[in-house]
Amino acid sequence: MSDLFSNWHLLSFSDDGWGWRMLEGLWSTFQIALGAFLMGLVIGLLGAIGKLHGSRLTRSLLAIYTTLIRAVPELVLILLLYYAGTGAINQVLDMMGYRPIDISGLVAGIVVLGIVQGAYATEVIRGAMRAIPNGQLEAAQAFGMSPVTVLRRITIPAMIPHALPGMANLWLIVAKDTALLAVVGFSELALITRQAAGLTQAYWVFFLAAGALYLSLTLVSNVFFRRLERHARRGQPGLS
Amino acid sequence: MVWSWVPEYLPKFVSGLWITLQLLSLSVFFGMLLAIPIGLVQVTGPRWLGAIARGFCTVVRGTPLLIQLWLLYYGLGALFPMVPGIRESFLWPVLREAFPFAVLAFTISVAGYEGEIMRGAFKSVPKGELEAARAFGMGRFTLLRRIWLPRALQNVFPTLAGEFVLTLKSTPLAATITVFDVYGVGSIVRQETYRIYEPLLFVAAIYICLTGIIVLVFNWLERRVPRPA
Repeated sequence: MSDLFSNWHLLSFSDDGWGWRMLEGLWSTFQIALGAFLMGLVIGLLGAIGKLHGSRLTRSLLAIYTTLIRAVPELVLILLLYYAGTGAINQVLDMMGYRPIDISGLVAGIVVLGIVQGAYATEVIRGAMRAIPNGQLEAAQAFGMSPVTVLRRITIPAMIPHALPGMANLWLIVAKDTALLAVVGFSELALITRQAAGLTQAYWVFFLAAGALYLSLTLVSNVFFRRLERHARRGQPGLS
Repeated sequence: MVWSWVPEYLPKFVSGLWITLQLLSLSVFFGMLLAIPIGLVQVTGPRWLGAIARGFCTVVRGTPLLIQLWLLYYGLGALFPMVPGIRESFLWPVLREAFPFAVLAFTISVAGYEGEIMRGAFKSVPKGELEAARAFGMGRFTLLRRIWLPRALQNVFPTLAGEFVLTLKSTPLAATITVFDVYGVGSIVRQETYRIYEPLLFVAAIYICLTGIIVLVFNWLERRVPRPA
């Protein structure tokens, strides 16, 4: 029993320790999460605009997108999008006479998780946009602003405080969802942890260490988002 | 698209579906049971107990479920054989299976997320109602049983459908520790037939149907539960 918790030296930063590998895993986890979050943000913004102002066809396509993505387990989606995405790209390359390529794990992970995030972000941002009082948008139109200017100067700045709590939640979700990429074989924190634990048989040490790393990532993000929200809500009464 | 494998594997999918439903209902049931005290001690009761509950929620919600699952399965799995005499005990067949570990991990996860929601639900019960109950001479436990808990559960009810769907969508993780739920059966089909898309699409369709059923059932239930005025 004692040796279960006594092999913390496996986490050391020396040559035979896993310390640096774990931190590298955390770094790629962070990169994938950030990339997917930003991609989700862009999809969410466009999706929300499409859902609120788009034609009937756009709206029904977006409804199918958000409903399906939110009803299927992330693990299944990741596998489907990964195989479908890489397969489609290589088919296109094949038609154009190029040789199939190996898509980098980082890019594939970002795109796959970004598409998933986009569905949730669409709903968050749509709700935030609808919370803007109509009078503000009408006033902007009355000033003669074009739709793009209204979006840039009124809608987006005014929706940010409403969208921030939901987006903070989505960031936490994507940071944890990166662990699912381990199942497809991307080398991020969860996969490195599993390899290390399997090789050394020190399951407690590595899974607890990985948990602590994920937890520190989410706790730091919490502080960051709380500050961001306070900044976005400055001047608003009684919501702090 | 080749679908000729469907009839052959259908019985396996049915048993996989049964495992998924068991995982889902057991973990939501026990998770909700745990969530009630976790939410309650954060609102009332000794401060140290509240701090432990809050810490529990933070850790559960701040780490990936996959890591929790692996820690429980591989970590506890490595621990149990060291306990003397455990191999001969009646518990051993249960401890050797992966299914109980999956239920335990999902239960803890539901308890962590729903405990946070229960905290808000207990808090949002109007003070006046609790004071009225106290004025009637109710003891603390009568008050909890007859006023506070029912009102909090009423507040929490609309979130329950979402919790069911979220838990349903995390059940495929159990396949990584050799529990053959719907997703796990789908992986078997993928390995045995060398088809990639069809089994995944089939599995996705099953989950979409399950999600739809959950949403419909809760819409129906919600109309039957009296809403707070």
